[in-house]
Amino acid sequence: MSSSNFPKEKFRWGMLLSDTRYRGTSLQVITFIIFVAVFFWLVDNTLKNLALMGKDVSFNFLGMRAGYDINQRLISYTNDSTHARAALVGILNTLVVAFFGCVIATIVGVLAGILRLSKNWIVAKLMSIYIEGFRNIPVLLWIVMIFALFTEFTPAPKAFKGDDPQASMLLFDSVAITNRGTYLPIPIMGEGAYWLLICLSLSIISAFYFVRYSRKVKKDTGKGFPTFWISICIIAIPCIIAFFVFGKPISFGYPYLKGFNFKDGLHLRNSLLALTLALAFYTSAFIAEIVRSGILAISKGQTEAASALGLRPNKIMNLIILPQALRVIVPPMISQYLNLTKNSSLAIAVGYMDVRGTLGGITLNQTGRELESMLLLMGFYLSVSLLISSVINYFNRSFQIVGR
Amino acid sequence: MKKSLILGFLAAAGLTAGMASAATLDDVKARGNLNCGVSTGAPGFATVDDSGKNVGFDVDYCRALAAGIFGDPMAVKFVPLTSAVRFTALAAGEVDILARNTTWTYSRDTDLKQTFLGVNYYDGQGFMVKKDLGVSSTLELDGATVCIQVGTTTELNLADYFKENGMSYEPVPTADNAESQQQYLAGACDTYTTDASALHGTRVNLENPDAHLVLPEIISKEPLGPLVRHGDDNWADIGRWVLNALVIAEEKGITQANIDSWGNSKDAEVHRLLGTGDDDMMAMVGMPKNALYNAIKAGGNYGEIFENNLGATGGINIERGVNASWTKGGILYSPPFR
Ligand SMILES: N[C@@H](CCC(=O)N[C@@H](CS)C(=O)NCC(=O)O)C(=O)O
Repeated sequence: MSSSNFPKEKFRWGMLLSDTRYRGTSLQVITFIIFVAVFFWLVDNTLKNLALMGKDVSFNFLGMRAGYDINQRLISYTNDSTHARAALVGILNTLVVAFFGCVIATIVGVLAGILRLSKNWIVAKLMSIYIEGFRNIPVLLWIVMIFALFTEFTPAPKAFKGDDPQASMLLFDSVAITNRGTYLPIPIMGEGAYWLLICLSLSIISAFYFVRYSRKVKKDTGKGFPTFWISICIIAIPCIIAFFVFGKPISFGYPYLKGFNFKDGLHLRNSLLALTLALAFYTSAFIAEIVRSGILAISKGQTEAASALGLRPNKIMNLIILPQALRVIVPPMISQYLNLTKNSSLAIAVGYMDVRGTLGGITLNQTGRELESMLLLMGFYLSVSLLISSVINYFNRSFQIVGR
Repeated sequence: MKKSLILGFLAAAGLTAGMASAATLDDVKARGNLNCGVSTGAPGFATVDDSGKNVGFDVDYCRALAAGIFGDPMAVKFVPLTSAVRFTALAAGEVDILARNTTWTYSRDTDLKQTFLGVNYYDGQGFMVKKDLGVSSTLELDGATVCIQVGTTTELNLADYFKENGMSYEPVPTADNAESQQQYLAGACDTYTTDASALHGTRVNLENPDAHLVLPEIISKEPLGPLVRHGDDNWADIGRWVLNALVIAEEKGITQANIDSWGNSKDAEVHRLLGTGDDDMMAMVGMPKNALYNAIKAGGNYGEIFENNLGATGGINIERGVNASWTKGGILYSPPFR
């Protein structure tokens, strides 16, 4: 059926590489074979070497008693818990740092990025110094340095003791800053607290619908409400009423000094604070640069057109520039969030028990299961990274639709 | 074709896999120096002095071993290792032997696949506090914040001890001695716990040793000793008998200074030990005949090494106590060299 008049060339092996019809496929097959071979070689080599030392590959250690204590636990854990649970405690600790680190880095980074473009010379220069300072010094140094600041220049709990103490608590005796961490009041849920939470969620939902409604009104009629203040009232007033109706169900536990340390209250350890802040500031410097380049990518004509329409500068930024800049900004942000998360594995430098410290540190050392622990760790960081990028990609797509 | 290629690769892999070989002694000889894993800085056990030289109780053991192999106590490369990475480093072949205040335990022996060569220091876990904390016993430490090094028996004992006594504590994990010390001095923890010997060594090196106190309680048994990885019994034998030789030498009174004057001794064991008799004992493990002579000559016998590093001469003033020879009321006892 073929319409070609070319004589059919007989197939030769050499054509696999010389003929462009086959070359692509054969190169792929060869790459695949090499990849598989190297992979098998690595696995085989590892197993042989392990066997040589009399070791096997087994994950049974995860079910055994851990035997060590961890200071920061978001779930119940004692030294009688299993290694698997210790790993979970570590995972949660990693996620806490990653989450708050990313949030703070974003806020600080966006501000710094915008301010670096400020027409105010001093502000712009200060921001340049901030950005260059954090960006060009290794993050490990920042972590250790901030931690040292926290431990060396804050008073020991002992200094709060006595009739004429050297140190005193802040904000009406509710906050204690010590060289072991900062203690804050902690909310204590009494009876009926759940009703209060339900009330709060309902008011937030109503406020949300109100905002949507007011936007619609503004679009149709051009008249706006003071949306912000009304939503605050919608949220606050019912909750305040409910708070008293249910007999003040939420109270606060205040930290107080007992024995060697402060008791009760929320204990934010210096290791947590130093690690989170150092990672956040370091990453914020990169985010600032991304934001700045995103803003600069929007043509100046946009700003000029907007001001010709009479918009004020902050409106121009919020309504015209940032929404367009976001499309340039968001994709590279993913790698910043991933970097922050992965850099959190430097936690051991300040004794923060993240997953690298529990599973990849103490558990690994006590059980001698290097390979298994490392595989699990790699699996964890890989999954978190993939999760973060897919979530942000999802958001990114919604920005893309807005664009024309 | 695909299959044969993979098989070929596997065969090649098999060859290279054999490289982490069993003959550690041959590897060490071929390299020309011993790789010895020591602590990153435990006064008395392994530190670096002002002139950049490695010194300490564990260091001297490695020097004795190197002297046995090469006749040169300086043919050692010291690899500082934190508690957490030491076993991995040994298992991976980064070091040939670990002499790093390491406690001999069942699971390290069996699960971690290490071979302990004996005990060179019978230790126990203690606590150091600042005197102005006003604490005189570990039982008063309920609720205290405790600095510990990760990857140690210390952290396991600590958990057990506080639980046994119905007390609570807040652990502050650190990577090494320097970090623990800094945290402790800054007051970020109330007490610093580790092997009592290391605490004494650390204390005398603090700016104001008298402001600190090592509490009287010892909460665990910490038999410290050198170790090698499983799989090379000959190498383990060499390390074990260098240690034993140092102990026997003290028992017999052979010292660094007088070692050359034992030629006419009537004691047959001395001649077997020093290689001055007819029997070439060390040939059995592939070592030079006078290997143990060189090992003892390097830094003296066990007693001398102890005195120079941990005793009065070493400036730490630790009593021999149980670490005295069995002939002097201690429990140091070597099997016979025959
Ligand atoms: N003997 C215990 C503890 C060993 C240990 O870490 N000792 C400390 C005592 S200071 C040490 O050598 N630290 C030195 C370093 O950080 O490298 C064990 O084997 O787990």
